Amino acid sequence: MTIKEIQNEIIDEFSMFDDWVQRYEYIIELGKSLPLIEEKYKTDENLIKGCQSKVWLHGEENSDKIVFTADSDAILTKGIIAILIRTFSNQKAADIINADTDFIDEIGLKEHLSATRANGLVSMIKNIKMYALAFNAKNN
Amino acid sequence: MLDIQKIRADFPILTQKVNGKPLVYFDNGATSQKPQIVIDAEVKYYQEINANIHRGVHTLSQLATDAYEISRGKVKDHINAKFAHEVLFTSGTTFGINLVANGFASILKPGDEVIVSSLEHHSNIVPWQMLCEKTGAILKVIPINENGELIIEAFDALLSEKTKIVTVNHISNALGIINPIKYIIDKAHAVGAAVLIDGAQAVPHLKPDVQELDCDFYAFSGHKMCGPTGTGILYGKEEWLNKLPPYQGGGEMIKEVTFEKTTYADLPHKFEAGTPNIAGGIVLGTAVDYLNNIGFENIQHYENELLEYATKRLLEIEGLKIYGTGKNKASVVSFNIDGIHPYDIGSIIDKLGIAVRTGHHCAQPIMNFFCIPGTIRASFSFYNTKEEIDQMVEAVKKAQTMLS
Repeated sequence: MTIKEIQNEIIDEFSMFDDWVQRYEYIIELGKSLPLIEEKYKTDENLIKGCQSKVWLHGEENSDKIVFTADSDAILTKGIIAILIRTFSNQKAADIINADTDFIDEIGLKEHLSATRANGLVSMIKNIKMYALAFNAKNN
Repeated sequence: MLDIQKIRADFPILTQKVNGKPLVYFDNGATSQKPQIVIDAEVKYYQEINANIHRGVHTLSQLATDAYEISRGKVKDHINAKFAHEVLFTSGTTFGINLVANGFASILKPGDEVIVSSLEHHSNIVPWQMLCEKTGAILKVIPINENGELIIEAFDALLSEKTKIVTVNHISNALGIINPIKYIIDKAHAVGAAVLIDGAQAVPHLKPDVQELDCDFYAFSGHKMCGPTGTGILYGKEEWLNKLPPYQGGGEMIKEVTFEKTTYADLPHKFEAGTPNIAGGIVLGTAVDYLNNIGFENIQHYENELLEYATKRLLEIEGLKIYGTGKNKASVVSFNIDGIHPYDIGSIIDKLGIAVRTGHHCAQPIMNFFCIPGTIRASFSFYNTKEEIDQMVEAVKKAQTMLS
């Protein structure tokens, strides 16, 4: 599936919820089921320093795609990471670079990406794109 | 007895709904809300007397200058400074601390010592680290105990004739602990060291008497005490302010300028370069009047009631731990729930209209001491109510259920 298709699928899933409580409960579930990053990748180097919650992100090449794994010490952050991983992992570098994250607004999680939350999510998206840029540069 | 409903009516923002729920504002430690009288004063300044101060001969300039200096006088009376020229207008506590730290660069020598405490806000740590890097002075830190109180014997042991300045907060922003500053000031003076008190968290709750305290500097912000953002005060003893070099060069702070030599203006203007926040400075005086009309004894009495009630109610929640359990506290409760990240709680209770602060509160050394990523901090003001505390407790319980 393309990034856009996955994002539309996520929007569809979230449209089933009536209120924020259901949305948040779903995110918490996603957070709990996020496959963890391997301990050896939970390094300071892979730590994205947000103001409040920690986020670890690791990316590696798998043929022409990039596979991301990640973790966080806050469960809501972890849930949103799960959504981002689902969107961007196993995609081609060029597609990751060109993708937008407007769907986060559409599923009612905009506040988690605002500057004041300072939770590492904005930096996480930036780092996902940086990985993609780096892989792209290396392979061209 | 305070008529809380009448007081609440003074604050238009409190009737707002947030995320469809009535706003419960418990982030007063970050900034207080503003009463209508303060908002009106800001508008009135721009509508009626806006002009640049201290230099104009025209009527508006004189009116604005008078209002600005009257406000300085109000602050002087409020903190019981000896002279109005010991009261410097700043943009906030951080500016005041930096002004003093910068000034001490010309005083300190390699090997001299600066004492801070583990309870400090980053803005009362970093300027001193920068000072030490610049001068070769050494930063010493007063440790805290499990209750979040300064270990005062350790402070005694740190003091020596090498100590040149001691800088501590009056009340801890992260935990609400009230520090024994009178003791610290007297002890520091006994070895000839100066003392700066960071009063940012104290001024919303109490009326500092700088002469009785005998501190050399006392810095605070206007926005935490019902005043406008971008306002603040640095009190400094006359002798110290004369000793320190100017912080910023510019207009207003000079006596005479030639390319060969510039002579500086007298206090307080030596430290007030450029056009200041005139409206803010004037309106800070309005805020001081407002608080004094309510009365700090009343404020303290009522806020203590809120603190006791909140502590009792929060401790009913299973797995909840309060940080900063020392006896002498302002109306701040910093807490966590076992196994849950403070960010998660904060995000969910925000959805329920509760505004608290989560995170390290710009006091990472305290969080490191307790080995936690941060806390949830509810800080209460005299316009808060027990009913609001009940709402917060219910919201936290709901968040706990959702998250576990």
